[in-house]
Amino acid sequence: MRINLSQLERALLSAAKRVPPDERVPYAFEQRVMARLRERPAADSWAEWAAALWRAAVPCLGVAVALGVWAMGPGGLRGNEFSPDSDLETALYSVVDTTTESW
Amino acid sequence: MQALGAIEAIAPSRWLSAFVSEFGLAASRPVEPDDQQLIAAVRRGDTSAFEPIVRKYQPRIFATARRYARRESEVEDIVQEVFLKAFQKLDSFRGDAPFEHWLMRLAVRTCYDFLRQHQRNRETAVADLTDDEEAWMERFATEPAGAETDADAARALVQRLLERLSPASRLVITLLEIEEKSVKEIAALTGWSVTAVKVRAFRARAEMRKFLRQMTPDKYL
Repeated sequence: MRINLSQLERALLSAAKRVPPDERVPYAFEQRVMARLRERPAADSWAEWAAALWRAAVPCLGVAVALGVWAMGPGGLRGNEFSPDSDLETALYSVVDTTTESW
Repeated sequence: MQALGAIEAIAPSRWLSAFVSEFGLAASRPVEPDDQQLIAAVRRGDTSAFEPIVRKYQPRIFATARRYARRESEVEDIVQEVFLKAFQKLDSFRGDAPFEHWLMRLAVRTCYDFLRQHQRNRETAVADLTDDEEAWMERFATEPAGAETDADAARALVQRLLERLSPASRLVITLLEIEEKSVKEIAALTGWSVTAVKVRAFRARAEMRKFLRQMTPDKYL
């Protein structure tokens, strides 16, 4: 006496299909839901704004840390000979140098 | 003319009511507002307009919740959660599809969340078969076609089997195999892609077969 598992699976699923789940609703359930809705505190826009800021703080901190690590690293801003500040310095001093030479 | 003929045939005492129903003059009966009107009222701040919505849809939501939770207290918690979420998210209902579809999506996702929160219960679902279940198995082994007589035992076995499945597998098997929904419908209800539903259905069937093998007494394998 062996059972064919595929056949067993089909028989069980068809048994489950035959009887739809009960749609019975407990007495005055809608009033319970409405009571829960009414007892909820009114939406506080300041609290929502503060919560949104707190949620945004973590990703912002992550981005700041990532940028910091990148800037301090070898491929970052430090030690870069073509950095904007050195370019600006060269441009400014070149004017002074040219003026000195003309005197 | 046919309508007038029908009215003449009715006893005089019932003439007026027959006339009213025949010519659609039952205007004295208050017209119930439809979903769109109720939703608009709730959005304007009339919380009490949500009550007819709850009353109308709660049987359907209870039926859905009973597919995933066994204890009645859990079922009630799920249904309450569905309606609280629906109220909170009512602004996100655009009205492109019927409200019922939107609500059912919310219900299915709430049931899925419930299954994920109660995953630990799956471990306790492993137990010996009851006498009725054993008897059903015995009958099925001797005569598979005649095993439909005791449907309660079969349903208890299915319930036991479903309780052991992972939340995603249980949801897919319930929607696909028991409620006979299409892959597209399941994708819309769950928010998963069609491919994800197919993959999960494949895994769910394999998982179910594995547990079915474990559940079946060795003498029948």
